Amino acid sequence: MSVTSSELMATELLRLVTAGSVDDGKSTLIGRLLYDTKQILADQLEHIEETSQRRGDGYVNLALLTDGLRAEREQGITIDVAYRSFVTARRRFQLADAPGHVQYTRNMVTGASTADLAIILLDARKGVVEQTRRHSYIAAILGIPHVVVAVNKMDLVDFSEERYRAIEQELRETSERLELRDVRVIPMSALRGDNVVERGEGMPQSMAWYDGPTLLEHLETVEIAGDRDLAHRRFPVQWVIRPISDSHHDYRGYGGQVAGGVWAAGDDVVVLPSGRRSRVAAVESLDGPLDLAVAGMSVTIRLEDALDVSRGDMLADPMESPTVARELEATVCWMAERPLEPRTRLVVKHTTRTVRAIADELLSVVDIHTLEDQPSPERLELNDVARVRFRLAEPLAVDSYAENRATGAFILIDESTNDTVGAGMILSAMS
Amino acid sequence: MIQVPVHLSHLDELEAEAVHIVREVAAELERPVLLFSGGKDSIVLLRLAEKAFRPGKFPFPVMHVDTGHNFPEVLEYRDRRVAELGETLLVASVQESIDNGRVVEETGPRASRNQLQTTTLLDAIEQHRFDAAIGGARRDEERARAKERIFSFRDDFGQWNPRAQRPELWNLYNGRLRRGEQVRVFPISNWTELDVWQYIARENLELPPIYFAHEREVFRRDGMLYAVSEFVERQDDEDPFTVSVRFRTVGDMSCTGAVASEARSLEDVVAEIAATRVTERGETRADDRASEAAMEDRKRVGYF
Repeated sequence: MSVTSSELMATELLRLVTAGSVDDGKSTLIGRLLYDTKQILADQLEHIEETSQRRGDGYVNLALLTDGLRAEREQGITIDVAYRSFVTARRRFQLADAPGHVQYTRNMVTGASTADLAIILLDARKGVVEQTRRHSYIAAILGIPHVVVAVNKMDLVDFSEERYRAIEQELRETSERLELRDVRVIPMSALRGDNVVERGEGMPQSMAWYDGPTLLEHLETVEIAGDRDLAHRRFPVQWVIRPISDSHHDYRGYGGQVAGGVWAAGDDVVVLPSGRRSRVAAVESLDGPLDLAVAGMSVTIRLEDALDVSRGDMLADPMESPTVARELEATVCWMAERPLEPRTRLVVKHTTRTVRAIADELLSVVDIHTLEDQPSPERLELNDVARVRFRLAEPLAVDSYAENRATGAFILIDESTNDTVGAGMILSAMS
Repeated sequence: MIQVPVHLSHLDELEAEAVHIVREVAAELERPVLLFSGGKDSIVLLRLAEKAFRPGKFPFPVMHVDTGHNFPEVLEYRDRRVAELGETLLVASVQESIDNGRVVEETGPRASRNQLQTTTLLDAIEQHRFDAAIGGARRDEERARAKERIFSFRDDFGQWNPRAQRPELWNLYNGRLRRGEQVRVFPISNWTELDVWQYIARENLELPPIYFAHEREVFRRDGMLYAVSEFVERQDDEDPFTVSVRFRTVGDMSCTGAVASEARSLEDVVAEIAATRVTERGETRADDRASEAAMEDRKRVGYF
């Protein structure tokens, strides 16, 4: 695939996460995506050809493309989330490859937090297994707008339509229960290359019953622009720009990344948590004033009034402002070896504001086998997903995660080790 | 209803992410420094810092780890560029580390100062008490990098432990250090070589001239073309010849190979990169050809 540079300058970025275990052929699938989109360059291919031969694989093992660290190659396992890029004529892709077995929740939540789309892989011989439901569950709580279920190894079930339809039916039930809105199921064989990028040789006969897109066709065309929150203006102040130079004596700009809505000069603003009001004097970048800025852009906003605004404050639409909360109820994924006990003191980092908090009550924990809530757990263990009520030492301006992934998310930090020990998604907030 | 351009391009998104990261480092760390080599990736970093802090000044100095074997064109560019920006340039010198006996110079035709940079960098970090160093490394460069976090924590010895990395969620970076720790921050982690070139073209950034095709006296070694210079000892069979080349990466003259090229403009280079069939490190960096895990090993001892 040859792509001219001018075409490439304006392509959209799609962030995706892949979930599934090595046994489902995930590394092979990613290898296939990279290989068939011509991302693998001659020296990399030569390298995996050599390694495949040395290991006696008997074929060019595309799974080797994703081995990163020495320990992984030596032990044949994947340790950590790997980030990879590839590009086609239609889109630029950023892929977070989350290993499936060890610490799957922590890894998948990490990769999923920024994803527009999740690829959940399953083995057509095994169908929907516990892990499939878990991955779907994580995709649901992380609010990933689009899900693709890759039904892999179709060649090992003789490309049976009946088998595929049964899996599809089961997936439909899971998706409905988890309220996943956009789920696309695609039958494929990553090893043979069928339905990943190309239809594949022999495909017309063997899977003539499937008339949907290949995986790549779907990734290239799924509509993601509408996923941005353009309705509710949110701007966490990240950095105050005050040059105090002769040419910019009275300049006071607020640098940050727009977390929601469309911003333009003249917009009314409330500063939270103080509640002071002002108006946007200008939305700027290095190139000068901008007509408007939308969610995702890093810009500088100036206000008409000289208010005392600093890092950690949130600028918002006064008509539809976030909740200034002292108490939060949130879905928490616990990521530390040390269990979370009730009444533990933690640090919450939410947008650009960091406050102390107490995990007042562990309301329920999800049974990872049945995906049902078990009330009042004594503690949370590594990889547990639970509902937790927090009391905050200082107020935070928040939305629910379902409404806004930027202003509804936080991380938990252990003050004694400074480690990141959890991820939180706000369900509700009380002032 | 106003019509809103909701389609941000991939360059817009990558830029927004990187500017956010640069501002986070400035806000969360006490004494950051931005590493600038005069290479294309760090040139992009300087631009991102302008985007993050103008009309204010950078809230950190700019530092170059100078091996003493750099291309003169790049050093000239480095000094001029930082002066134009009105920012502070610090130079940490490998030559001084050698003179002070901190490191021992390799000898022979394959001698390189690449490994020695690590000591000089760590010494400079300690001397200036920097707690964060912002660098231009990218995940697509090398496979150990694909697993490295954007905020990459290092222990007292500057070592990276890939098994003990903090999870990195949303755009919420945890910049808190343990005692004795420092952090390397890579704002353009998610950029590819092509993204960098496209961004340079979009922003119309000036580059050192060696990135564009020029006539140069070179010699061939291990299938790569090296510039003839006082810093590299040629062996008997390594005869010099003159050919049109450009450099795809810019590092030490002793370990950076040139590629035969006629690409004399930015547009030509972007087209050439889009069509290339070899990775930049595979084509031009002798340091990464040393072993299968060359980069991983160097990172573990404190390399960038």
